[in-house]
Amino acid sequence: MTQTPHISVQHLNVHIANQHILNDISINIPDKKVTSIIGPSGCGKTTLLKSFNRLLDNAAGVKITGKVLVDNEDIYAPEAEVTHIRKKMGLLSQRPYPLPMSIYDNVAYGPRIHGTRKKQELDELVEEKLKATGLWNEVKDRLNTSATRLSIGQQQRLCLARGLAVEPEIILGDESTSALDPVSTAIIEDLFITLKEKYTIVLVTHILRQARRVSDYIVFVYMGKIIEFGPTEEVLLNPQKELTKEYVKGFIS
Amino acid sequence: MRLIKDKILSKLMLVLTVASVSLLLVIGIGLYYKSIPLLQKLSWGELITSSVWKPLKGLFGFYPFIMGTLWVTGIAIIIALPLSLFTSLYIVEYAPARVKKLLTPFVNLLSGIPPVIFGVWGVLFIIPLIQKFIAPHFVEFSTGYSVLAGGIVLAVMIFPLIVSILSEVLRTIPQELKDASLSLGATKWETIKKIVLRKALPGIVAATVLAISRAFGETIAVLMVCGNNAVVPHSVFDTGYPLPALIANNYGDMMSIPLYDSALMFAALLLFIIILLFNIISRVILTRLENRLAA
Repeated sequence: MTQTPHISVQHLNVHIANQHILNDISINIPDKKVTSIIGPSGCGKTTLLKSFNRLLDNAAGVKITGKVLVDNEDIYAPEAEVTHIRKKMGLLSQRPYPLPMSIYDNVAYGPRIHGTRKKQELDELVEEKLKATGLWNEVKDRLNTSATRLSIGQQQRLCLARGLAVEPEIILGDESTSALDPVSTAIIEDLFITLKEKYTIVLVTHILRQARRVSDYIVFVYMGKIIEFGPTEEVLLNPQKELTKEYVKGFIS
Repeated sequence: MRLIKDKILSKLMLVLTVASVSLLLVIGIGLYYKSIPLLQKLSWGELITSSVWKPLKGLFGFYPFIMGTLWVTGIAIIIALPLSLFTSLYIVEYAPARVKKLLTPFVNLLSGIPPVIFGVWGVLFIIPLIQKFIAPHFVEFSTGYSVLAGGIVLAVMIFPLIVSILSEVLRTIPQELKDASLSLGATKWETIKKIVLRKALPGIVAATVLAISRAFGETIAVLMVCGNNAVVPHSVFDTGYPLPALIANNYGDMMSIPLYDSALMFAALLLFIIILLFNIISRVILTRLENRLAA
């Protein structure tokens, strides 16, 4: 008997402005592993990722059919409560977007919204999450300075800490290292590998080397369809489908 | 040859810019020069703090007019700011695309209506409204002609200006920033309150400053509904007499009274100084605010 995974997608179709972006997607994302979604630009990888926490809702002209089950709850059901679904997932976008407030307040933002008020609790939480992302030693003396003063790599780790602070089960990364220098990229990648012990991680990336370094599973998406899904080594080194072979070799991008 | 053209053009633009900026100075000096006859009789302090306006006796106290201007402008901004803030939030954040398309031209249309029409509307609609329905709840008697009427009319006039600036400001806030807040489980309103408005604060201040500057100088519509009585207003139902109304009402008519033309020039100078001071102060506040947000 298999346990139900955190994220299970069943026959998901997404249309945006009459374009069929995702076509009959079905996938179970493995728990406590890193799964990378790869594929050429415009293939729908980011749309797929955003469908997991309903950030697609904000775009105009979006039509969604099918199911996305998060912990067995259909998040597109009319009675689904969106804030509690989003709380289960930390999102790391392409570029860091620190909130316009201090480092401390950035991390405490989520917990405060969800009702944590006690100073001591917040202090401990902020320290814990900043330590988890390796930022604590770098910023502990200037927690009350603006988050925008940090370097871009530090900002991205702050955004990760901010996401972890709401105690999610899942981390979503949307090409989270594409704006970073190699050193910061390596730090973030290492963090993903450490964090998978506690979290289910889904990444979108267009860098095959990165997918290979950090992920346990790979999903190859092409023209809105899942072409291949399997353990990293198998998909990258021994792809079964012709399209995957061509992409991995670099013939399509 | 092309490089020379380039140089000449850049110099020409510099000259034109300097010319238009120095116009400000020329106007200021001109007004001061024309006010000198009055300033020789009475000191600045007397002119600004005295409430007695009896030109025939040579008494020119500008305090009622200064207060009239401040009351009307203050009331206008208190009414207009929240309204325009919520309107622009609705247009940018909530309205479906179709409503947005319909709403924006309507708001812009408001700013194209000539002030005198707002004045007539104020007399026909706002004045009776205050006289019959609002004022009786608070004071014994009011004709309806009041600083409140001026404030309301003025609020309607500056509303489209604030809405269009604020909408622009709100549109510049990146979706990703809002997504970051939403993805943490914040509701849309929480995101607006804590992130969007915070990020937009300098823009909101700038829009308010522009609206207030505009409101200070508005003449015709205000003049038609304010009652124009040279008395310091003490409540929103009192009449008022703002500086621009004083100038517009009397320029050309009362010139036979000694010093009157000089007094009107002084009124213009006062208005000029108020707007200048206000702009300088708000610029300082804005810079501080931006620095604090960036810090």
